[in-house]
Amino acid sequence: MSDEKTTAPVLRAHAEEAFAGELAALAASDDRPRPPGWRLSPWAVAAYLLGTRLPDGTVITPKYVGPRRIVEVAVSTLATDRALLLLGVPGTAKTWVSEHLAAAISGDSTLLVQGTAGTAEEAVRYGWNYAQLLANGPSRAALVPSPVLRAMADGKIVRVEELTRMPSDVQDALITVLSEKTLPIPELSSETQAVRGFNLIATANDRDRGVHDVSSALRRRFNTVVLPLPATLDDEVEIVSRRVGQLGRALELPELPGGAQEIRRVVTVFRELRDGLTIDGRTKVRTPTGTLSTAEAISVVTNGLALAAHFGDGVLRPADVATGVLGAVVRDRTSDPAVWREYLEGVLRDRDGWQDFYRAAHELAD
Amino acid sequence: MTGEVTLLGVRHHGPGSARAVVAALAALRPDAVLVEGPPEADPIIALAGREEMVPPVALLAHAVDEPARAAFWPFAAFSPEWVAIRHALDAGVPVRFIDLPAATGFALDRAESAPSHGDGRGIDPIVRLAAVAGRADAEAWWEDVVEHRAPGEDPLACFHAVAEAMAALRFDDPVGTPGSPGVAPAGRREQLREAFMRRQLRAARRAGHRRIAVVCGAWHVPALATASAPGSATADRELLAGLPKKVRTEVTWVPWTHRRLAQHTGYGAGVESPGWYQHLFETAGSRPARAVAGWLARAAELLRAADHPVSPAQVIEAVRLAETLAALRGRPLAGPAETMEAVRAVLCDGSEVALALVHDRLVVGEALGTVPPDTPTVPLQRDLTRLQRSLRLRPEPEERELVLDLRKELDADRSRLLHRLRLLGLGWGTETTGPGRSTGTFRESWRLRWEPEFAVRLVEAAAWGTTVAAAATAKVTERAARAERLADLTRLAERCLVAALPDALPAVLRALADRAALDTDTAQLADALPALVRALRYGDVRGTDARALHGVARSLADRIRVGLAPACTGLDAEGAAAMRRRIDAVHTAIGLLAEPADRSVADRWAAALAGISRCEPAAGAATGVPGLLRGRAVRLLLDDGRLDPAAAGQRLRLALSRASAPSDAAGWVEGFLAGGGALLLHDPRLLALLDAWLAEVPEDAFIELLPLLRRTFAGLEAGVRRAVGARVAAGPLGGAAPAPPAPPVDERRAAAGTATVLRLLRPHPDAPSTPTPPVRPWIPRQSDRRAA
Repeated sequence: MSDEKTTAPVLRAHAEEAFAGELAALAASDDRPRPPGWRLSPWAVAAYLLGTRLPDGTVITPKYVGPRRIVEVAVSTLATDRALLLLGVPGTAKTWVSEHLAAAISGDSTLLVQGTAGTAEEAVRYGWNYAQLLANGPSRAALVPSPVLRAMADGKIVRVEELTRMPSDVQDALITVLSEKTLPIPELSSETQAVRGFNLIATANDRDRGVHDVSSALRRRFNTVVLPLPATLDDEVEIVSRRVGQLGRALELPELPGGAQEIRRVVTVFRELRDGLTIDGRTKVRTPTGTLSTAEAISVVTNGLALAAHFGDGVLRPADVATGVLGAVVRDRTSDPAVWREYLEGVLRDRDGWQDFYRAAHELAD
Repeated sequence: MTGEVTLLGVRHHGPGSARAVVAALAALRPDAVLVEGPPEADPIIALAGREEMVPPVALLAHAVDEPARAAFWPFAAFSPEWVAIRHALDAGVPVRFIDLPAATGFALDRAESAPSHGDGRGIDPIVRLAAVAGRADAEAWWEDVVEHRAPGEDPLACFHAVAEAMAALRFDDPVGTPGSPGVAPAGRREQLREAFMRRQLRAARRAGHRRIAVVCGAWHVPALATASAPGSATADRELLAGLPKKVRTEVTWVPWTHRRLAQHTGYGAGVESPGWYQHLFETAGSRPARAVAGWLARAAELLRAADHPVSPAQVIEAVRLAETLAALRGRPLAGPAETMEAVRAVLCDGSEVALALVHDRLVVGEALGTVPPDTPTVPLQRDLTRLQRSLRLRPEPEERELVLDLRKELDADRSRLLHRLRLLGLGWGTETTGPGRSTGTFRESWRLRWEPEFAVRLVEAAAWGTTVAAAATAKVTERAARAERLADLTRLAERCLVAALPDALPAVLRALADRAALDTDTAQLADALPALVRALRYGDVRGTDARALHGVARSLADRIRVGLAPACTGLDAEGAAAMRRRIDAVHTAIGLLAEPADRSVADRWAAALAGISRCEPAAGAATGVPGLLRGRAVRLLLDDGRLDPAAAGQRLRLALSRASAPSDAAGWVEGFLAGGGALLLHDPRLLALLDAWLAEVPEDAFIELLPLLRRTFAGLEAGVRRAVGARVAAGPLGGAAPAPPAPPVDERRAAAGTATVLRLLRPHPDAPSTPTPPVRPWIPRQSDRRAA
């Protein structure tokens, strides 16, 4: 690994670094049996994700706000050495959950394969260092292991992001790994067997365009957990506030007044447009093409905070978030502007306390 | 009085309790078993031992003079009370119910005038115990500590533990005096029940039984334990002295369903997962852990049957996941929650649809019990059972579709039975396409679903007669005598016909004739006619004699005709709209009523329509028929061919002329165009008239008319609307404009279709060679195109 030691602080710390204190406290107080290769017991992993207060007074912050059973099933799945497939629409915290699971179980969330249309088999199996290969012939030294291979050798959790974006043939390279728990290397007449503690978490979203279906052979090797969208407005506001707070600290944005109100506003707009129904259930609205996920709401608010802190008057104003909201809603230049204007004029104009936002959005929309 | 009494406190419908009861009874070998339940059922308790008796079943008690006052005691195969009864019957030991008699309960209900089902206990003691144990989910906690536990060495140990727990809960007051702290609001009823049970207990001891086992709700154990305390007998006697006089009550066994057990409201028992409990009770005799594997295998089988591939390897993984999850949650054995999570994550790929299937069919289950045929019951029930058998219509709890062809004898009988039951208030079948909605008169489709509480309805309906037909006849006769509105009566007559109740029909018709003669409101008469005519229409399919009905219908039609003009005069917009719907319905009905040989009814009706079409308001709206109705009348006459298009055009021109108020004119157009605007396309002159009028409406009036016009045109079919728009946009309309050139007809391709159309238009099968002249020769599409 090319760990260049730099003194500059990283932009975004890995989960196991950011929450090192919580993980250490959990490990210290965890007296339950741990599966081989696990840093924590399944119970402690669930507690790490869901948040709790330890007997010694350490507060474990909740990482996942949502149904408890989802985390319990996910952790139990990994404990039975079955691979875990986290399924859901964009912005349901799939990646977030998988990163924290890996951090809590293996203490390492860096073994990651990002699925894209261009992901090659080398990313899942192994590649070759051609200089070595030409100089010394095929040998272990010339082998470039993929994150999957490294996780197998070290007994850790490997994450495969966006499984369905990979071409199907690359996906199927995982079948041997998952069913035989071994990866043959025919060039060396050898293999790498998975050490205890190895497992795989894949995330996929089944609603986007341009996805490759997972073959049923591979699908059978996964336990599927569907992550739902936040159930209520308050849940979603809570998720957004929490993440915005964390991101704001990382970006060293000052805490600004007016934040809570604007977060609620952004989440309300997103939910209403996503569900095609106003919160009070009275009016139907048209749904734009964008997914309007919770993740986008988070980025809209963070963006607004940066605007307010650096260019505004130090208070998060409706105008600061309006730009971001417009950008998230209007994805398709032909149909979305009309949807947005309809929503603006039909729903927001007469809503109490929304005049500032309406005016800001109205100016932008023209 | 030296009998040894063992109190077995159970949770109703708990499989673990049931298993424990089995073990305890086997160890105790009692010579009498007492069970919490209504003592009136003692004479029929032996039926429970019969082979034909398959749970879930329920004891149904009802007051004889007031059948709606009923109560149920459901038993599933896994109910501790049920296994105790079965055990006693198998061992030849007397078994008796010891609860407060249902008759007394009904009498108390009547006195309180607020019926209470079940225990009516405020706080579930198990919720309180679970809270003490630090568990939020009381159901799961109880499953862990009692239901999932296999009986250990001492079969009585768990009963001791439960009794102690309950005693602790009722520590402050073992007798459960209402209002005392620390006790769930037991109320007087609970007190009476427990006093009565104690008395029964003493009676059993006096009868000389040596080893008595009592199976009752765990809550009652501490109270029953005081039965032999000094002075308690006197106290109970005093308490029970003030009981009201018993209500005459009958008790019987009725089939029950798991779904009903699962419901929290009404007669449900609030058992969340009866299917799971049943499985647990059946399979987990010795090794409870195997139950999970067996259950998941059944789920896999179910999913495979529903075309959802599930491999045995996946079942193994599901078992592992369920067990790991249970361990993570700190439960000794996977419960329904854990197994369902495993099914969702492993077997269903996260699909909620597949999961719902498993929940419906396995967790709840579709079991429907049966009772022996000679179970005492009301004669009506026996008649229904006989009919169900002979018509091959089994009562099933799953919903299913049934399509009946009324030309077949069997199907016609089935239809009659379902209709009669509906008249009796038993909604076993609901019609998915009823008369008036479906176009065919000999097909009926039903959705059938048997609900166990139909047993109550049957008992209620038993007051009307001893057979389904007799009861339905009696009920219809009674309803006819009390009917308030004419439309109700005609609907009743209609239902009488479909249910084939010829004996009830005369009474209904008499009431109908009386009511019709007295009723002077044309609107009511108009509401009544359509149902009557519908009834007449399928009279012949069902082989009912409907001549009398025909007479009533014709007289109704006459009375409507006579009253039409006054009824239409001086109506406001809302009244006119309602009247327009009535006129349409009556018009359709009269079209059906008129026999081809005798068109006099239709002729007279047409004359009435022509009459109102000319009744223009002369001075103010109150002096004439609103434009809406006049326009409608003209349209109906035009459609019937009683008015030629030229005349209709003339009427339109007059209605739209400047002399008439714009709002009246707009109403006229709405009435005229309602229900199809194709004629605007066929006759360009009409469209031109309309266009010219619209262009001339002054601006103020136009704004006023706009909503009405919009409503009118929105009512047109989309295609017609578009075509009208295109015509108007194309340029000047009217006689001067040439008809738009039609595309040339490809004679060769048209030939195939023409032959079929000609066959369809042929009037009689025996005159094949002469095609009918077009019915509406003034619709000129065909000829137009030929000319072009």
